[in-house]
Amino acid sequence: MGESVISVEGLVKHFGSVVAVDGVDFEVPSGTVLGLLGPNGAGKTTIVRILTTILRPDAGRATVLGLDVVRDPEAVRRSIGLAGQYAAVDENLTGRENLRMVGQLSHQHRSVIPARADELLERFGLTNAANRPVRTYSGGMRRRLDLAAALVHRPPVLFLDEPTTGLDPSGRSDLWAIIEQLVGDGTTVLLTTQYLEEADRLADNIIVIDDGKIIAEGAAAQLKAGLGNTIVDVEMLDGADARAAVARLGQLGPATVLDDGRTVAVRVSEGGRSILEVVRSLDAAGLAPESLAIREPTLDDVFLQLTGHKVADSGPEPSTADAVEPAGYKRGAA
Amino acid sequence: MTAATAPAPVALAYPHRSKAAWAVADALAVAKRNVIAMTRTPQVLVFSTVQPIIFVMMFRYVFGGSIHVAGVRYVDYLMAGIFVQTVAFGSTNTGVGLAEDLQKGLIERFRSLAMARSAVLAGRTLADALRNLFVIVLMIAVGFGVGFHLHTNVVELIAAVAMLLLFGFAMSWVMATIGLLTKNSEAAQAASFPLLALLVFASNAFVSTKAMPAPLRAYANHQPVSAAVSAVRALVLGGPTTSDVLTSIAWCAGIIAVFAPLAVARYRQAA
Repeated sequence: MGESVISVEGLVKHFGSVVAVDGVDFEVPSGTVLGLLGPNGAGKTTIVRILTTILRPDAGRATVLGLDVVRDPEAVRRSIGLAGQYAAVDENLTGRENLRMVGQLSHQHRSVIPARADELLERFGLTNAANRPVRTYSGGMRRRLDLAAALVHRPPVLFLDEPTTGLDPSGRSDLWAIIEQLVGDGTTVLLTTQYLEEADRLADNIIVIDDGKIIAEGAAAQLKAGLGNTIVDVEMLDGADARAAVARLGQLGPATVLDDGRTVAVRVSEGGRSILEVVRSLDAAGLAPESLAIREPTLDDVFLQLTGHKVADSGPEPSTADAVEPAGYKRGAA
Repeated sequence: MTAATAPAPVALAYPHRSKAAWAVADALAVAKRNVIAMTRTPQVLVFSTVQPIIFVMMFRYVFGGSIHVAGVRYVDYLMAGIFVQTVAFGSTNTGVGLAEDLQKGLIERFRSLAMARSAVLAGRTLADALRNLFVIVLMIAVGFGVGFHLHTNVVELIAAVAMLLLFGFAMSWVMATIGLLTKNSEAAQAASFPLLALLVFASNAFVSTKAMPAPLRAYANHQPVSAAVSAVRALVLGGPTTSDVLTSIAWCAGIIAVFAPLAVARYRQAA
């Protein structure tokens, strides 16, 4: 592990009476990817805004490449790139115009800007669309352009705030490939996400955050190992059957009844073999499932395991593509 | 083709310029972006000129016959009011544009760049001044089309245009503050209208204030739109100009002195 590129100590931020960030500490070693994993309103975006000098913290200290984000914001801005969940590109400009504008506004030499813009358009598969206004772009194209805009000045540190929220699966996997390539180039990345799968694929280390506090941290593999690789959802006829099933299936792995009161989620290590054991175990107890499904663990499962409660803001299933994070920090009742 | 162990990227060196030179360069870059956006959405420009043209037609041909202003043809009297009305209502674009940039996250991006803090507001108001120039020239042409006569000379007409640009610039800072407060383009639009109605319709833009009830007349005679209209009217119709022009310049300076710092403060806290 190299030296720390991002260093955060005791960071606190309030919005009125709401504590958005409540004493967060972490380090991001050079050339690594840190994933901040948490639901809407957990405080992820606020942390990114503080680190990118957009917001000032109420307490604590944060440095990027040794530069204090409060005392030396201009130097920090020269070294960072930010790509956000809202795809902050100008709809009326073309892709090329957007990148050139960002080049100018990040104070690059005029002589290098056009070539740099073209290079990024090429790399992100936008050359054919380079002269079209961005309002004609698809969601995935906008995100790619937004990421390209964050890279115009070759920042050694990159902040990605929910880079794939709202993208369809193919747009998401395109963007993942691009981010992996950047990391291969040695860029240090801080990524926020609501998707366990995304953090697992891209991040070296993961911090799980809830209500502005860190509730778990570790290497992606560690975190997932504690969780089991696969979840078998066993839907029973009713609550009584579900409780009986939990008693039986608890022998195979941690089992809980989900929200609907009759589906049992069992965390197991191997999907294919485990489902056989699930069926045998249920059969032996004279229980018949209504349906059986195998799935990857989601943020909801991580939360259920770590906190014993569900993600408060239970929107659409995190693995569906249409989740859109509203502004603000409102939390629904648990 | 790409080596597995490429060196870590290093931020590109940036050319040395003074802070002030960068502030100007950044404002121009943002203004250029806003001007390009205007040319790409001509419908916005078209609709923002349709409204004043309708007013010209209405007051010239519908109401104009019944409105008599002593000593001057009504169409000549009217046009100064129309010019001021056009830039006053046009300034809404500043607030709406900023609110839209906030909503779309563009301001967040700008704030994460090494650019001057002043550039977004300066660039926006500059681009809006350019748009105003275009619309003013268009409205002068419309005025000539409906029978408006310039009673002075080209130099005073240019001075009138400069007066209108200054007034539009001042109003842009008011609308910028509103846009950054509402953070929503529809809300910015809605919040601007009552303010503009109060300024533009309760003024000497379309009728003489002499027939108004006393309290209304007192207000109408002492507010920035009336001051701008009087100055522009003097510059296109002739007569003594110095006092009216100075009064209007004072109003504009006062508005800028109050609202520019307010807008900048809101901008620093926004996003």
